Amino acid sequence: MAEQAVDLPGTITDEELKRLRRDSRRENLGRAWYKFSRNPLSIVGAVTILIILLLAIFAPYVVPYPDHATKPFTDFANASLPPSSEYYFGTDEIGRDVFSRTIYGFRFSITMGLIVLTLVVPVGVFLGLVAGYYQGSRVDTFIMRITDIFLAVPPLILALAIASVLEPNLTHSMLAVSLMWWPWYTRLVYGLASAQRNEFYVSSAEITGASTSHILFREILPNTLSPIFTKMSLDMGWVIIIGASLSFVGLGVQPPKPGLGTMVASGAKFLPDQWWISLFPALAIVVLVLGFNLLGDGLRDMFAAEEV
Amino acid sequence: MPSELLLDIKELRVEFKVYGGILKVVDGVNFKVYQGEKVGLVGETGCGKTTTMKAVLRILPMPPARITTGEIIFKDQDLMALKDKELRKVRGSGISMIFQDPTAALNPVFTISQQMEPIIQNAAPENKNLSKGELRDKALIPLKEVALADPERLLDSYPIQLSGGMRQRVCIAMALSTDPELLIADEPGTSLDVTIQDQVLRLLRDLVNRKGSSVILITHTLGIVREMTDRVYVMYAGNMVEVAPTRKLFAEPLHPYTKGLMDAVPKLTGGGIATGIPGRIPSYREPPSGCRFHPRCSHVMDICRREKPPGYLIDEDHEVACFLYGQNVDETEPQATTVP
Amino acid sequence: MTDNILTVSDLKKHFVIDHEGTVRRTPVTVKAVDGVYFTVKEGETFGLVGESGSGKSTVAYIAVGMYQPTSGTMYFRGEDLFGNPKGRSMTHKKEIQIVFQDPGSSLNPRSTINSILELPLRIHQPEKERTKEVLRILNMVELPPEYMHKYPRMLSGGEKQIVAVARALATDPSLIILDEPTSALDVSVQGKVINLLIRLQRELNLSYLFITHDLSLMRNVASRVAIMYLGKICEVAEASEFFENPQHPYTQMLLSSIPVISDEEEAVKPKKVESIGEIPSPVNLPTGCSFHTRCPYVMDICKQVDPVMVEIGPGHIARCHLFEQPGTDIGQNQSGEEQTGEEANDLRSAETASAALAKGD
Repeated sequence: MAEQAVDLPGTITDEELKRLRRDSRRENLGRAWYKFSRNPLSIVGAVTILIILLLAIFAPYVVPYPDHATKPFTDFANASLPPSSEYYFGTDEIGRDVFSRTIYGFRFSITMGLIVLTLVVPVGVFLGLVAGYYQGSRVDTFIMRITDIFLAVPPLILALAIASVLEPNLTHSMLAVSLMWWPWYTRLVYGLASAQRNEFYVSSAEITGASTSHILFREILPNTLSPIFTKMSLDMGWVIIIGASLSFVGLGVQPPKPGLGTMVASGAKFLPDQWWISLFPALAIVVLVLGFNLLGDGLRDMFAAEEV
Repeated sequence: MPSELLLDIKELRVEFKVYGGILKVVDGVNFKVYQGEKVGLVGETGCGKTTTMKAVLRILPMPPARITTGEIIFKDQDLMALKDKELRKVRGSGISMIFQDPTAALNPVFTISQQMEPIIQNAAPENKNLSKGELRDKALIPLKEVALADPERLLDSYPIQLSGGMRQRVCIAMALSTDPELLIADEPGTSLDVTIQDQVLRLLRDLVNRKGSSVILITHTLGIVREMTDRVYVMYAGNMVEVAPTRKLFAEPLHPYTKGLMDAVPKLTGGGIATGIPGRIPSYREPPSGCRFHPRCSHVMDICRREKPPGYLIDEDHEVACFLYGQNVDETEPQATTVP
Repeated sequence: MTDNILTVSDLKKHFVIDHEGTVRRTPVTVKAVDGVYFTVKEGETFGLVGESGSGKSTVAYIAVGMYQPTSGTMYFRGEDLFGNPKGRSMTHKKEIQIVFQDPGSSLNPRSTINSILELPLRIHQPEKERTKEVLRILNMVELPPEYMHKYPRMLSGGEKQIVAVARALATDPSLIILDEPTSALDVSVQGKVINLLIRLQRELNLSYLFITHDLSLMRNVASRVAIMYLGKICEVAEASEFFENPQHPYTQMLLSSIPVISDEEEAVKPKKVESIGEIPSPVNLPTGCSFHTRCPYVMDICKQVDPVMVEIGPGHIARCHLFEQPGTDIGQNQSGEEQTGEEANDLRSAETASAALAKGD
């Protein structure tokens, strides 16, 4: 479509304007989907996560034995049964359905991931934006040195320290992970923001007299979103693994609650004979993390600049 | 005395697959270079000139690019039929390329000598057994030829320590160090200051004349083409629209696009700025029917919208792809362009 | 006599880029702008020409507030642009705008054209209805209203640059700095942008500081031209005089090197002055006249003493030892004694330049 430079009438109705905005939004979504779906694995990741999310949200209605996960339950008559049509993943040593507990386990993992990221991302990104925009100033030094300090503390030690002071449970392990996680976002955004502040569109906003908050949040931040979203998706996987690891060593979700890591730990002593007690929760972790990683790859492709 | 035909591109078509469809970028390009001549390829951003040349050397990213038809014949060899290993032999001593941005073409973490040595080593089979010292000596020769001061020290420098003009000269030295028969220079002066550009282009012209290499000079700057080339092709939206000996093209441009382009260039003699050519370059996804220039052409006729114009030969060395010249003139087959 | 909208006096901008040595730590400075004088009159297009390292873009960035000058002054309609230590006033921010060279990086790729144009409106004209204003501005630059919701990547280079012009206009400025506005565009599109700028200047009574390295373009847009080399101005003249009768060796070198496309243009170029050697790095400026390393007319004095601006015709000044005759030199103190050395240079420069410029009005 070869467009001529048009001398236009100068008036356009509100109807037309609304239609224009709708059309352009639709086109942008179409492009985004195209880029995302180029790699079929991204779709596999997205579908996997979607299924797991739905299962986790509707667990009470979907799962065959919700009580096995939510209430203290014992049924020694049906303990340690291998996988069957009645118990898809078999039962553990006190008779609880591993499948139901695994699905409920997703809830803990996903909750942990969501809450940690919800705390960590706004704080980390904000600090990174400010430090990056004021690169070279004392604000920058102050923020980045604190970031460095937090990065220097070994995460597991931090978690142990918190656990010894406060009782070990999911909430406190989320706190520990959050405290050690935010600096990575600050680091990431710091690099992106400090590179951007020399861009001419930022200079243009400064020249015109835009406020600092406009420059940080409306000029710089939108250009940092794609690495942030990609990192967030991959971080879900990492946080889940760390959460499961903390549960595994007894610092996170406490038994009898069905945290995935907790289940792997308590089932470990029954390997290799009653393998199903540990294996399925472990596989669940793998599938969940892999799903987020594939989704992250897709997001990265989606945000990538177009070439032609 | 007719010279030998060095490069013959016939009906080349290159497509790119992207969101929303296929971009038909290069649309049946015919292009010839004879031994010892300097040919200009003029066109604006996005006309496909760089894509065409990259197709010759097969350095296009494929996918998303795809050469759908055409032959690229270099000294009786169809480059399209060659395997990668054989093509690599052609690159370097056969065909060499200088890119637009010398800063991007040089690896910042290696010294100049570290970048030149592999090129020299691969240039000829007997070079493979040369010692480091011998390779270094061989590298000094092209550096001296491009009038670089203190080439010894330059070999040990990093690109960042050199000015833009020096970097471009290093790139020229590297490209010419293999004694190529054909040099493709893509916008060689664009990133340089005018006075330095003048120096570098003159140097290039002298070197090429001395060695007898052929050059394809790709540029969007008409003034450079006028000073540096023997023959010029004008390209628009994936098609060659006009080709003529340089003097002739500037004295009598025939194609409306060529004329529009020359009008658009601001003149040192003053007289105001022409409005340029209305419209914008067409979409390659749904290119205009018939002649791709017709939506912007002030002389458009009915046939222009329906059919793609063939090349019409005017005066035995001036060819133009425009129906305005279609009456009473022999229609040419693509190979009919002769050497001046 | 028309008023001056911008008056620049002894403007200097030195950047400290590094420190040498471990103990003494002497600063390494780049003297990007090193004593620049010029004025822009109301409603005119003043051209600033130079190659890389000339400092022309630095002058532009100072004018628009991106840099603070190391010393010297810049007055906008008689008001000191750098007088307020807290920063430039909103009025000055409104009145002086800029169009940058690269349309690709001067528009935020994540912003729609609408939000790009809305920002200056929001800040400087909050009372106006924004959507209507954006449409009005788009109409003024001849862009279709549909472009409101597009992103910059969907526009061609020329269209992006037109958006950059529209953005500059959105504050309703009086002076627009144009830093190589068409250098990144194809020649067939340049005309559209330039003619738009010319039309807007007429309709809105704008003043332009037009910066470019393209002399052929400058010939057709500027009414007065100054040429810069390594931080200083070498020559200033009315456009026709500048191009038909260039006096400074650098001006001649530059004019004789540009590629032209017609014999008529070849005929008006000065005789070829061969460009020798590299442009010196601004970190290590040559002594005396910074052009002496490449000048075909170099004399002994050029290597030691920096020449001063001398009037060589009405409204035509040049800074070169070739033109220093006893008669035109007005750098003498009251007692009639000639001053020598740095001090004398500065004094002579300042007086001669402003005197010559004032006379040229």
